[in-house]
Formats: sequence, structure tokens, C-alpha cells
Amino acid sequence: MDVTPETDRSAASGGAGKAIFTTACGVVAAVAMCLAGFALAIPMLRGGAPLSARFAWDSFHGEFHVGLDPLSAFFLLPILVVSPLAAVYGGGYLMAYRGRKSLAASWLFFNLFVAGMIMVVIARTALVFLMSWEIMSLSAYFLVTFEDEKAEARRAGWIYLVATHLGAACLLAMFLILGGRAGGLDFDAFGRLAVQGPVWSGVIFVLALVGFGAKAGLVPIHVWLPEAHPAAPSHVSALMSGVMIKMGLYGLLRIVGFLGRPAPWWGPTLAGVGLMTALVAVALALHQRDVKRVLAYSSIENMGLIVLALGVGLWAWARGAPAMAVLAVSAALLHVWNHAIMKSLMFLTAGSVLHGTGERDIETMGGLMKRMPWTGAAMMVGAVAITALPPLNGFVSEWLMYLSLLKWGLATNGGGLPALLAVSGLALVGGLAAIVFVRLTGIALLGSPRSSAAAHAHESSVWMLAPMAVLVVLCLGAAMAPALLARLLAGAVEQITRGADGAHAARELVELPLETLGWINALVIAVAAAAAGGAAALTRARAMATGPVWGCGYAAPSARIQYTGGSFAATTALKLLPRSLRPGTSRTAPRGLFPGRAEFLSASPDPVTSRVYEPLFEGCGERFSRLRILQQGKVNVYLGYMVIVLLAALAWAALRGVWGPS
Amino acid sequence: METIARDAAHVLFALGFPPLLLGVIGKTKAFFAGRVGPPVLQPYYDLIKLFQKGSVIGGTTTWVFRAGPAAGLATAALASLFIPLAGAAAPVSFAGDLVLFAYLLGLGRFFTALAALDTGSPFEGMGAAREVTFACLAEPAFFLGLLVLAKLTGSLSMGGMLGGSLAAHWSTAGASLALVLLSWFIVLLAENSRIPFDDPNTHLELTMIHEVMVLDHSGPAFGMILYGAAIKLFVFSALVARVAFSAGLGSAWLAWPVFVVGMLLIAVVVGVVESVMARLRLLHVPTLLVAACLLSAFGVVLLAR
Repeated sequence: MDVTPETDRSAASGGAGKAIFTTACGVVAAVAMCLAGFALAIPMLRGGAPLSARFAWDSFHGEFHVGLDPLSAFFLLPILVVSPLAAVYGGGYLMAYRGRKSLAASWLFFNLFVAGMIMVVIARTALVFLMSWEIMSLSAYFLVTFEDEKAEARRAGWIYLVATHLGAACLLAMFLILGGRAGGLDFDAFGRLAVQGPVWSGVIFVLALVGFGAKAGLVPIHVWLPEAHPAAPSHVSALMSGVMIKMGLYGLLRIVGFLGRPAPWWGPTLAGVGLMTALVAVALALHQRDVKRVLAYSSIENMGLIVLALGVGLWAWARGAPAMAVLAVSAALLHVWNHAIMKSLMFLTAGSVLHGTGERDIETMGGLMKRMPWTGAAMMVGAVAITALPPLNGFVSEWLMYLSLLKWGLATNGGGLPALLAVSGLALVGGLAAIVFVRLTGIALLGSPRSSAAAHAHESSVWMLAPMAVLVVLCLGAAMAPALLARLLAGAVEQITRGADGAHAARELVELPLETLGWINALVIAVAAAAAGGAAALTRARAMATGPVWGCGYAAPSARIQYTGGSFAATTALKLLPRSLRPGTSRTAPRGLFPGRAEFLSASPDPVTSRVYEPLFEGCGERFSRLRILQQGKVNVYLGYMVIVLLAALAWAALRGVWGPS
Repeated sequence: METIARDAAHVLFALGFPPLLLGVIGKTKAFFAGRVGPPVLQPYYDLIKLFQKGSVIGGTTTWVFRAGPAAGLATAALASLFIPLAGAAAPVSFAGDLVLFAYLLGLGRFFTALAALDTGSPFEGMGAAREVTFACLAEPAFFLGLLVLAKLTGSLSMGGMLGGSLAAHWSTAGASLALVLLSWFIVLLAENSRIPFDDPNTHLELTMIHEVMVLDHSGPAFGMILYGAAIKLFVFSALVARVAFSAGLGSAWLAWPVFVVGMLLIAVVVGVVESVMARLRLLHVPTLLVAACLLSAFGVVLLAR
């Protein structure tokens, strides 16, 4: 049952003037916060000395300790770049909800969310870290459930809340172990604990991988991502997908930094998890009908690639190949930045499409390139970038990943056959990603409109278009000047692979090839532009007529005969994917002498949710419900429990005194 | 100065020679069918004719439709810069350019498929879906083959991997190289839409892959598509030729004759395959491509030991 408690609030939120004032406050606050942050982050990335600040914090028996080092600054930059753009976009986007929704609440949580993320990367004690982590996670929950009158949004918020707290539980356990062994909750104390012993460092690593992996969306703990991203307003999706999921990576890297030299099995484990994540996610992205679900799965895929490269880095470091480690970690970090830009761009364009048509289902779109030319062009740029095709930035970092995997596979004491086979896995991911984005852009933007909503789509306002334009420019810039970015992230790489010498040689290994690639990207753009210009000139010089497209002889083909997203994906799904990753279908064929109605249904829920977690949680719920026998609801029974426990405790204490060691 | 002349010769050859391969394939097929067939230079005449014609454009289309042919031609031409032709080094060569090579062709495919979807015609959508699906399997096969060469030569640039040092490895790692050769020949047939993957001469849209994507292109745009396809065939043939005839390509004097004859020979083999085989059922296409992947993978495993 959908209840809409918001209707009566419309009166309270008042006229347009108040909505504009609320929006302006929210946007200005977010932008100002981020601009101030630049003043700290940029000098740090250019090689400044680490900063640190401590305040007494008596109520928690500790210190409020924050700091900024190259690793923090590296993850701070995407927050500072994407948040203001998302805020400006959101100003335009949320205007459509004015009068129906409380914009003030949304802007409050938006600013809390951004502040929470900033706090996460600068926190220097476990307590501050976990508090910021919760502020970030909980404000994201309220942002996801912005349209809480929709059952879908409430469900998405619930799944997100459960997943994020299962992850947080692992983090709590991890920090308790770390704190117990270090004798304090300050990160400096953790850092002095360089050697942990193989067992404890292994336990901490696994807890960090699960806890932070849930936030980063690693398979099989990715299930909240494809639910939460589509439900959230698009500027929030952009921020969650572009920036928040990277906080999981930040946490993982921060913890790995405390553990000293990685154990030999960490790198291959990370690489394996990463490759599996990428393959599963890109396969699932293939047959999603919801634009934002496609993008969510694509985010999971990209996180998988980043983790794969990080894994190669740790692997090489553990084997004593510092230069290789630096190369692989640089590839991973460069992809973090690139993905932050291009995925935000994709979510903003998807939001613009949603705004212009009111639809998220690509089967109802089509022909939007004609009606929304700017959004369409921006989406096309984003799609080329995220498919990792030259000449855009996604290719640059994916190329660096290929390079590190190839070099690591071929090195004499290197990864050998597994690393080489991972190269072809990467190629398969690339090929599947191309299908995903040909389908997404081809079905949504091109062809003829498939519904009246698409036929009457309108282009978005300049408030929404301008942030997209900035992100397009950033994509192009990152593609042309990758060496510049590599110089900025060198400090963070050095901090992660701390203890790996040969940073200078690695700089040659990373920056010089990137410089070449920047030129090549410029060359590709120039040649493609020349070819396009030549083609246009040539076509224009000749006679040109407009006619119907070929439909096997039909002169007036209807929009309904077009290839759909479903049929496009079916070709691939049937030929390439294992059965467990294909969409579930059911059909009722027409039967009998007087055939009745026929039906074909196809659904693509996340297989991990529907086949693993739902049975698991339902089974647990059923088993635990037997414990209800304890819950009698009578005070005397509960008093009885207390007495029993008290007696047991007394008995234990007494017996310990008799037989105990003391 | 010398390098500029050499690069200019490379570019001119890579742009001028490709249509001849199509002509040779056509002539071979005509020979097998007992026909005289069109002249060997017919593809050149076709291109000239097409570039002079006017065009008809579908009413639903946008700039993407017009960008498709240009992207296909530009990416194929750019990809040809990374391959050494006859003994000479490639004009552009750096460690890791193999990935750029493969992804450039991917960029061309991306826009060709989008141009097909832009028409809104069901047939072209079908062709686009098939093209991207099969490419997805051809790409790992190609990469696995590159890994064999990289492992043998220790180089990560196309120029280094396909360069002169390959000839020496035929005696030590001949089995792996033979597997790669076979795998890449299959990739060549798949990537260039030849029989047994696709029949360039079929008349039924439902069975086409590449041809059905370009049904609505006409005039200069179609000319660019044909030309781009010819260059792509040239690029893949050059890859195969560099591996197959690496012994002859080592010497300074013989290199050009061996290369040209080798390329023509590959075109003849493609023509023979097209004459003696039928097109595979679409269901079986992935099987053959997976076989190509496995062949290359086996080549890698043989070297790993």
C-alpha cells in the first residue's frame, strides 16, 4: 500500500520563492564547503607536508584527531570535484518536486552526506572514522528514500541500510581487534603496529575486505547498489556511485597501510575477487531495463577492475617487485579518479533523461538524441569513456591496468599464467561493457520514440546541463593530460606502496607512457574529427535526400518493430552467458483451436539477492522464530530469566575462585 | 628524413593496397565457381563510383548515423599505423600499443553498431546485436594470441612483437605460433565478416551480420564503410602475414616481395575458404570463436610450463 504522507506537507513548503531560497542555501553551502576543501587538497597533492590537528574530546575519553596526507587528499579530490557539480545539478533537478517534497530535508542530508565523506577521509582515530562513516551512510539512506511514497524506494533504502550495517559490523570488529592490539584507537597507534603476525593481520585484512567491500560493491556483497542507485535522485546517485563507493576503497587502503608488507595471498585474493566482480557485474548490466540499474552494475564492474589492479599491486609488492606494484596501484588510483568523473557524468545524463521523459525504462525511450541533443551528446561521451574506448579517459586507466597485468604476467618472478589469463578476462569484460553501452545509448537515445513520453521529451535546464558540460570537459582533459594526473597521484601511490623502493624508476614507468598516450588520444580525436568533417563535406557536396529506413520493403515502419533492449541483450545472453546470469523468463504460448492470450515475461533481479540472500535471511528468520518461545511477554518470566542469569554468574565467579588460576 | 619517407610509404601502402585484397578474394571465388568474375581492380572502381554518388538518409537518423562510417574508416586507418608491414618498423610504436590497437577497432565497432541502431530498423538492430556479441569473443582470442607473442619476444608493442625477432622462435616454439596463427585466422574471418561467420553476398537480411548493419548507408558514406572494411581486412591479414612469413620478412631485400605475395596469398586462402564452406548457423558461431580462444590459450599454456 502506498501512502503519501507528503501531500499535506506541500502547503508547508510554501511557494516557489521559498523553494528557491531553500535550494540556494543548500547548493551554496555544498559548493562553499568544497571550494574551501580545495585550498587544502591541492597543495597536498602537489607534494605538501602532511597536516594534522588534535582536540581534546573528553566525553569520549579520547582525542578528536583529523589529518590530511596524500592518500586522504587523493580521495578528497573526487568529493570536492563531484559534490558541487551534483549540488548545482540537484538544484535544477529537485525543482520539479517543489511543493510536493520537503526540499529542506533533502538539502540538509545532502550537505551532511558530503561532510560525512570528507570527515571519513580525514579522520585519524577509529572513533571519528566510524562516526563519520555512519553520518555518511545514514544521510545517504535518507537521500535514497527521498521518494518514500514509492514502495520501491523504501525497499531500496531498507536493503541499503541492512547491507551497510552488516559491513559496519565487520568494521567495528576490525577496529576492536586493531585497537586491542595497539592499545588505543588512534590511527598513529595502529601505524606503529607495523608487524601484526600473520594470523591477526589476515583476520584484519578479511574483515576490512568484507566491511569495506560491502560499501565498494564487491560481488557477492554488492546487492544494495543496484537497488539504491536507481531509487535515489540522480544527483545523489552520481555522488554515491562516483564518490561514496570509493570510500570503501579508501578504507581498505588505509587499513592495509597499517599492516605492513602484504601477505602473499592477499594480492591474488583481491585480484580474483576483482575480476569476478567485474565479470558478474558487467554480465548483469547487460539485460537491465532501468537506465540507472545498468549504470549501477557498471559501477560495480569498474570497482571490480580497480580492485583487480590493486590486487596485482599487492601481489607484486609481496613478491618484492616494487616498480610493478607502483605501476598497478597507479592504474587503480587513476581509474578511481576517471571513474568518479565519467560515472557522475553518466548518472547526471540519466537523470536528465528521467527528467525529460519521466521514464527510467529504456524500452519506453528512443529517439531522444533529436529531442534532447545536449543530454544525448553528453551521454554519448560518457558512454565512450566508460566503455574504456580511446580517445577518452576511461581508456587511459584501463590501458594502464592492461599494461601492469601484462608486465606482471611476463616478469620472470611474476604472476605467470594466472595474470596472463586475467588479461583475456579483462578483454572479455571490455567486450561485454561495449555491448552494455551500445545497447544503453542505442536503444535509449537513437531510433524512433517508443512511447509518447519519449516523443514529447524536453531538454533540461541550463542548471542541469552546465554540470554535465563541466564533466565532459574533465573527461576530455583527463584523456589528454593523463601524465599530469599521474604526477598528482604519485604521492598517494608512494604512501600505499610504502616500503617499496624504486619509486623514481616507477615514475618513468607510469608517467612517460601516459604522456605518449595523451598525445595518441589527441591524434585519435584529430583523425576522427577530420574523417567526420571530410565525410560531412563529401556528403553535402553530393545530392542528398531523406527517405524511410529499410524495413524489408515496408514504406512506413512503425516504432514498435524496432529492436528492443530486451532482444538486443537476448542475443548476447543466449550466446555468451551462463544460465545463472541470464534473465528469468516465463511464457504462456497460445494453445488450442481458439488460442487465448499469450504472454511473455522477463525479469532480471539480482541473482545473488534472489538466490542467496533472500533464502538465507528467510531461513534464518524461520529458525530464529523458534526462539520466540523465550519471549513470553510476562514480567514474572523475565524476572525468572534474570534470577537464572544472576545465579549462573555467581556460580561461575565462585567456581572460578575455587579452581581458577588466581 | 629517412623515417619520414618510410612512414609516408607505410601510410600510402596501407591506404592504397587494401581494396586489392577484396578484388583477389572475389577473383578466387569466381575461379572456383567457374566464372570469369569482375576485374581484380573492381573494388577501386566501386569506391570511386560510390564517392561520386548522392545519398539517401533515413528520416529517423541523427549525427550518430553519419559518424558511424567516418569512425569505422578513421579507426581502421589509425590501427594500420601500429603494424609493421614489410620488415620496416611501424610508424607508431610504444609498449602497450597492442591494447590501443584492439580498442581502436572496438571504437569503430561501437559507432558502426550505434549508427545501425540509429536507423530504428529491426534488421539493423539485429545486426548490431550480433556484431557486438561475436566481437566480444573474438577479442579474448586475439589478446591470448598477443600474449604468446609477448611472452616469446618479451616486447609489449605490436612493432616489437611482430618484428624481426619472431622468425627465430618458429624453431623453438613452433607449436604455440602455429596455434596462434590458426586462432588469428579464425579471428580474421570473424572480424571481417567473412564466411563461415557471415556471408557478404547473401540476400537475406535475417542471416546477415555486418552487411545488415549498413543497409541504410548509401553514396559516400557507404564508400567509407567499404573502404574501412578493406583496411580492416588488410590490418588483420598483415598480422597473420607477419606471423606466418616471419622468416622471409627478416631479410632486407626479400621483405617487400614476401610481404606483398604473402598478403595476396592470405586473400586467396580467404577466397578458397569462402568457396568450399557454407556459412555456419548463427548458433554455432560462438562455438567456433570459443575454439579460437582455446587454441590461443593453449598456445599460452604451452609456453608457461
